[in-house]
Amino acid sequence: MLGVGIIKGLAETGRNFIGSYFDRDRLVTVEYPEQRVPLRENFRQFPFLVHDGQDAAIGLRCVACQICEKECPPQCIYIEKSKDKKPDHLGKPQFFPAVFNIDISVCMSCQICVEVCPFDAIKMDQDFELSTADRFGGLLLGKTQLARPNTHFQRIHPREAAEIDTRRADERQKAEAKAKADAEAKAKAAAAAAAGTAAATTTAAVDAAKPVGARPAPTTVPGPASARALPGAGAGTVPAAPSEPGGQV
Amino acid sequence: MTPWFLLFGGLVVVGALGAMALRNPVHCGLSLVVTFVGLAGTYLDLGADFLGLAQILVYVGAVAILLVFVMLLTRTGRGESPEVRPGGWWWGGLVAALVAVGLVGALASVSGWKPRSEPMTFPTVRDLGVALMTDFVLPLQLVGVVLTAAMIGAAILALPERRGGRVGRTPKGEEPEQ
Amino acid sequence: MAANVDQIFVHLMQMMVDRVPDAVAPWVRAAVGVGAVLGLFGLLFGLTTVCERKGIARMQNRLGPNRVGPFGFLQFAADGIKSLTKEDVVPRSADRVVHYLAPLALLTPVVLTFLVLPFGRNMVLMHVDTGLLFFFAAGASTELAVFMAGWSSRNKYSLLGAMRAIAQMISYELPFILSTVGVVMIAGTLSTVGIVESQAARPGEWLARWNLFTPWGLAAFLLFLIAAFAEANRSPFDLPEGESEIVAGYFIEYSGFKFALFFMAEYLGMFASSGMAVTLFLGGWTAPVAALDWIPSWLWFFGKLLALIALFIWVRGTTPRLRMDQLMDFAWKFMLPLALLILPVVAVWHYLGGGWRGWLFCTPVLAAAYVLLGRALVGRRRIQRRVYRYAGEGVAS
Ligand code: SF4
Ligand code: SF4
Repeated sequence: MLGVGIIKGLAETGRNFIGSYFDRDRLVTVEYPEQRVPLRENFRQFPFLVHDGQDAAIGLRCVACQICEKECPPQCIYIEKSKDKKPDHLGKPQFFPAVFNIDISVCMSCQICVEVCPFDAIKMDQDFELSTADRFGGLLLGKTQLARPNTHFQRIHPREAAEIDTRRADERQKAEAKAKADAEAKAKAAAAAAAGTAAATTTAAVDAAKPVGARPAPTTVPGPASARALPGAGAGTVPAAPSEPGGQV
Repeated sequence: MTPWFLLFGGLVVVGALGAMALRNPVHCGLSLVVTFVGLAGTYLDLGADFLGLAQILVYVGAVAILLVFVMLLTRTGRGESPEVRPGGWWWGGLVAALVAVGLVGALASVSGWKPRSEPMTFPTVRDLGVALMTDFVLPLQLVGVVLTAAMIGAAILALPERRGGRVGRTPKGEEPEQ
Repeated sequence: MAANVDQIFVHLMQMMVDRVPDAVAPWVRAAVGVGAVLGLFGLLFGLTTVCERKGIARMQNRLGPNRVGPFGFLQFAADGIKSLTKEDVVPRSADRVVHYLAPLALLTPVVLTFLVLPFGRNMVLMHVDTGLLFFFAAGASTELAVFMAGWSSRNKYSLLGAMRAIAQMISYELPFILSTVGVVMIAGTLSTVGIVESQAARPGEWLARWNLFTPWGLAAFLLFLIAAFAEANRSPFDLPEGESEIVAGYFIEYSGFKFALFFMAEYLGMFASSGMAVTLFLGGWTAPVAALDWIPSWLWFFGKLLALIALFIWVRGTTPRLRMDQLMDFAWKFMLPLALLILPVVAVWHYLGGGWRGWLFCTPVLAAAYVLLGRALVGRRRIQRRVYRYAGEGVAS
């Protein structure tokens, strides 16, 4: 009959109205600045530059190869290569960016720069509270604003960071072993063949480790955060862990 | 000549002038509304509450709306109002003069151009109602019949036209659109 | 003591008027009265917007505004400051004069309607014989303001919104006015004060004679309320400002303070309609039972007013928007016949002298009309499950 639907509807909204004062579970609102929803690991906003250690000037991983600058679809990256070189984490002398700007008012968060960087130097940040009164200068981030320590990366993307850290540690070990072997080879020219076999086996080991993904590396990952946020990834059940886009490099 | 009369009389005159002289027809219509309001104010000032309020209810609330609607619906494009034919002025002036003479004559025959000696008594709504239901019941009924006829006519005009010239109910088996 | 509290505002006004010379006394009385009403209902407007937002939020299991002031109750002040300081944008091709006048032409009649509402015993600003007619005359002139706003903006959406609004207001004005005629017939007067007094309990009676307590009064009250929803352009009749189709309707081209004026006129119109519903059907400032007469009359009036406003908010939080043809069908095929039927029913009630014989006759007639008209309205269209051609179950995958 006419009017019954209205009464039913009124009863429903009335129940909601009263219920919302007694049943906290009904209210799903997160009061944003005070309360926050934990961000998903895959969430990404704008890129940042990773540096090892505490000093960005020394530890910046970027070698100013400018691949990302060329690949960036809206061309919001601007890089000037340095004149001199500084040693990278393997001790090899490399260029570094004298100027590295990203205009985040242009950036579309496509992550292509991250995909193409061969040095794991640029990654996606999760900082989204970037509003500023100056829409030109305030959104043009320079090298110092972009640089953030590796610990930050480990915090926001623990799974990917663990994998990268493992690989880089292996690379360094390999480089150290190679350096040592070279030194030994220089010292004992007669044992050159034996040193070569050793290097080959190390390479094989590294290759085997690579596709597995987030192998736990207790020695190199100083991240309690990674262990906490990823119970599944840390327990050694690596092959069974679901492969996430953020975990692939 | 109270200040209120001057105010409302001024509204009537200004509104009427605007309705004549303004170029945009919608402005003319709105200006006519000012006249209606001024007239209603004059009625109220004279103590005819019912008449004044009915004036607003009917003229401002209904007739003015009808007026502007008609203007919007009949006008094509944004053009100005068409040129008034010079010959039309004569007819208009003649009709206006006749109406004015008639009104003044009627007034003169009623009051004889002398100020009232006895004090005014204001009829209340109750008096009006009683008069309508007793002395004027036949005119009231006639008006009612005319209005009802008009309403039925409007309803018939609005009915959907059917094939075969039949007007009226939806034929059996033909469901109206969902 | 109770009588003193009851008449406290009347005494205050009298004291104030006594202090000034006789020549300006009526002006002072008018100015103070209008100032008080404007201030009071302005404040009520602000608080209602907050309560409405909070209430509807709760109906949808949200929190609602809770930042400005205690529990967010100063939100309206923030909104007011915002709209006052915003830029006033007028479209280049708008008709400037009409565009400027429209909000004023809308707000003025709405404010005028408050003049004839009796807020308490001896508390009415303009005691006239034709109070009810005054109310409807003022209400009817808002339509023109809506047209002015919609037309002068030179915007398709605003013109469409104005057309919708006017069509709706004219359609619902008939049941709006007709539903009150029964009350006038019983009370024998158009004066709002007289109508309220006719509903007070006679000496020796325990129950007041509110019109709501009669079968035709209940029906007329519901019709009046529904028409008031439509006149106030509130959900479920908010087609004139249907955001999903015509953005904001006739005030789409208004910004800043003028927009606030439209908003305010809409709410004040809602208050006025609620106040008139209280006056006509809920006994105005009278108590429902004689035993509660000691509560000040203005408390009764405002209590009932707030209850009706809460109902307005509740319905807005519940109903979806009607379609245009449903809207018109409802006005012309359901409300108008019912409102017309109420008139003879009231006449019969009057000649039976109320009582059980009145109930015996009126209730079945009105109930039957309600059911039949309701059937006729919804019966023709069978409500069935919607079948989608390219989605849902039943479609071969
Ligand atoms: S961020 Fe990576 S890709 Fe870009 S210049 Fe530096 S090293 Fe090259
Ligand atoms: S995320 Fe995409 S748009 Fe942004 S800097 Fe990297 S490549 Fe350019």
